[in-house]
Amino acid sequence: MTTVAVKPATMAQALTRALRDAMAADPSVHVMGEDVGTLGGVFRVTDGLAAEFGEDRCTDTPLAEAGILGTAVGMAMYGLRPVVEMQFDAFAYPAFEQLISHVARMRNRTRGRMPLPITIRVPYGGGIGGVEHHSDSSEAYYMATPGLHVVTPATVADAYGLLRASIASDDPVVFLEPKRLYWSKDSWNPQEPPDVEPIGRAVVRRSGRSATLITYGPSVPVCLEAAEAAREEGWDLEVVDLRSLVPFDDETVAASVRRTGRAVVVHESGGFGGPGGEIAARVTERCFHHLEAPVLRVAGFDIPYPPPMLERHHLPGVDRILDAVGRLQWEAES
Amino acid sequence: MTVMEQRGAYRPSPPPAWQPRTDPAPLLPDAEPYRVLGTEAAEQADPDLLRRLYTGLVRGRRYNVQATALTKQGRLAVYPSSTGQEACEVAAALALEERDWLFPSYRDTLAVVARGVDPVAALTLLRGDWHTGYDPREHRVAPLSTPLATQLPHAVGLAHAARLKGDDVVALAMVGDGGTSEGDFHEALNFAAVWQAPVVFLVQNNGFAISVPLAKQTAAPTLAHKAVGYGMPGRLVDGNDAAAVHEVLRDAVRRAREGGGPTLVEAITYRVDAHTNADDATRYRGDSEVETWREHDPIALLERELTGRGLLDEAAREAARDAAEAMAADLRARMNEDAPLDPADLFAHVYAEPTPQLRAQQAQLRAELDADSEGSHR
Repeated sequence: MTTVAVKPATMAQALTRALRDAMAADPSVHVMGEDVGTLGGVFRVTDGLAAEFGEDRCTDTPLAEAGILGTAVGMAMYGLRPVVEMQFDAFAYPAFEQLISHVARMRNRTRGRMPLPITIRVPYGGGIGGVEHHSDSSEAYYMATPGLHVVTPATVADAYGLLRASIASDDPVVFLEPKRLYWSKDSWNPQEPPDVEPIGRAVVRRSGRSATLITYGPSVPVCLEAAEAAREEGWDLEVVDLRSLVPFDDETVAASVRRTGRAVVVHESGGFGGPGGEIAARVTERCFHHLEAPVLRVAGFDIPYPPPMLERHHLPGVDRILDAVGRLQWEAES
Repeated sequence: MTVMEQRGAYRPSPPPAWQPRTDPAPLLPDAEPYRVLGTEAAEQADPDLLRRLYTGLVRGRRYNVQATALTKQGRLAVYPSSTGQEACEVAAALALEERDWLFPSYRDTLAVVARGVDPVAALTLLRGDWHTGYDPREHRVAPLSTPLATQLPHAVGLAHAARLKGDDVVALAMVGDGGTSEGDFHEALNFAAVWQAPVVFLVQNNGFAISVPLAKQTAAPTLAHKAVGYGMPGRLVDGNDAAAVHEVLRDAVRRAREGGGPTLVEAITYRVDAHTNADDATRYRGDSEVETWREHDPIALLERELTGRGLLDEAAREAARDAAEAMAADLRARMNEDAPLDPADLFAHVYAEPTPQLRAQQAQLRAELDADSEGSHR
């Protein structure tokens, strides 16, 4: 198979390419969801797939998320590899019972005899001016469910590599796509064989010595911007992109924090009961004697997702991140 | 040609050109539940089939009695008995070909066993040594589903996948009257009809969802009428008439196999025992009601028919009883052995490969167990 350089590409295009390549490589891969066929998805991520592979491989389903995921379970039981699209984060909630009671535990229930290789794509997060129920960060719910992998890309290349890995995984993967990065561009040249990123490895996006920003998905570019701005304050910040919330890469995260001695966890999801609490606890358990300050969190407020005209106050931004970095007890160093 | 192309494009149009997509009349269930035993139709029934049904029902009844006894001896955590519903359980299994799939709910252990699953393996969930004790692919039986109606969309997806692959496979999904109130029931029937998936839905209307009677569950004329709203036929059958249930299911399976799409079958039956051994049915129903249904017992109905037609003599009756007793004795003996348990299994099948976090937790549990056994040796 020849590769065509897409340069520069958007994250949405990389995701489309990943789906296309996965479907071409494996006839058991089926894409299904609301509006994924003729329309190509409301974010156009499935654009062209129905035309290329036919409606039986890229299927517009009835409008019912539990039905979509529930039938995908049966398809996987018969040996197919369904890739399900949930149209928006908050539209995925009707599928929770199927996800938690069956998808996450079918392998376990059957002592490994019936794995369910299902990828559940969920556009998530805010910052796109969406009205209510279009901007949730629901990753904490998924993280709290044993049996699921939870993956989220922050770059164009990772969007491709992680989605290919998720579809190839024999375990169910909740693949969280940061909506506001769909149109982010990067030079990206798909490789042959494809760059499939292993699930479960974090990556250091920016090296630094002063403190570590631990983040993922839509907050990665914000943290990189904050790290640039922090240079004026004399801070050299490291940015760790988790990429996978489950499994969690304790090793990469702890190695970074041991080097820098300070850490801030950044995410859009609410702070109370959010991923940051788990991450801060894990870092503290592993790095206590290396820490110069408590691990801080910069998270969304503990409120229902706000209306679009107010969302800028809710989303973690550069200033809020720098404020947190400033509270990492620097005076104790001298 | 895709499934959608086969069905033809559908676009709504405004009045006066509007017309219903499907003529609802052929989809409507009959006014009376279909019966075979004690009617002229019984003469058309295959004697061998009737005898197989009889043997299956006797064995099923004995299984229910034995499993209930095992709960009292502490060998089963819980058992939801299907006494009184054996006709549905056995006929469902016999209506399928070997290549077909069965999707049972938690009360359908008898159907699972009638399909060929080992009687002990079928009780793993209820004994509590694991969740599913059999390999679903070996007998093409999905795990017993506890969350109500959630297995129905699985049946639809599996049947749809089989059809996409060009395989001649039908899925039969079982649910109770209470389960028809769940959203998954609706979504499964809708998907099945839209996809024309080769699925048969069998609703065992046994009168109660634990304690709640059907009148509090639905205002539909019958549960079979619900089919019309999805564009599939609804069939109503006497659920205690094994020959009738088998015939209706066999016809629905054949229809699905020939590309005719899904069917909803409502079998009217009665849960003679309480919901489970942990339930007290006297709190919500009287003995006289139960006694009325005992007179309409599925085994008695079939026995009367077979005996009346000279198809069952005392020797054959005894052979069926002996076979059931042998099954019960084997079940008792094997269930009285302690199930082998390995705590390491807790971590073995969460993911294809345990995560680093699960490996650490497994090591922790192993250390705790080692410390315990060292302590007990001191």
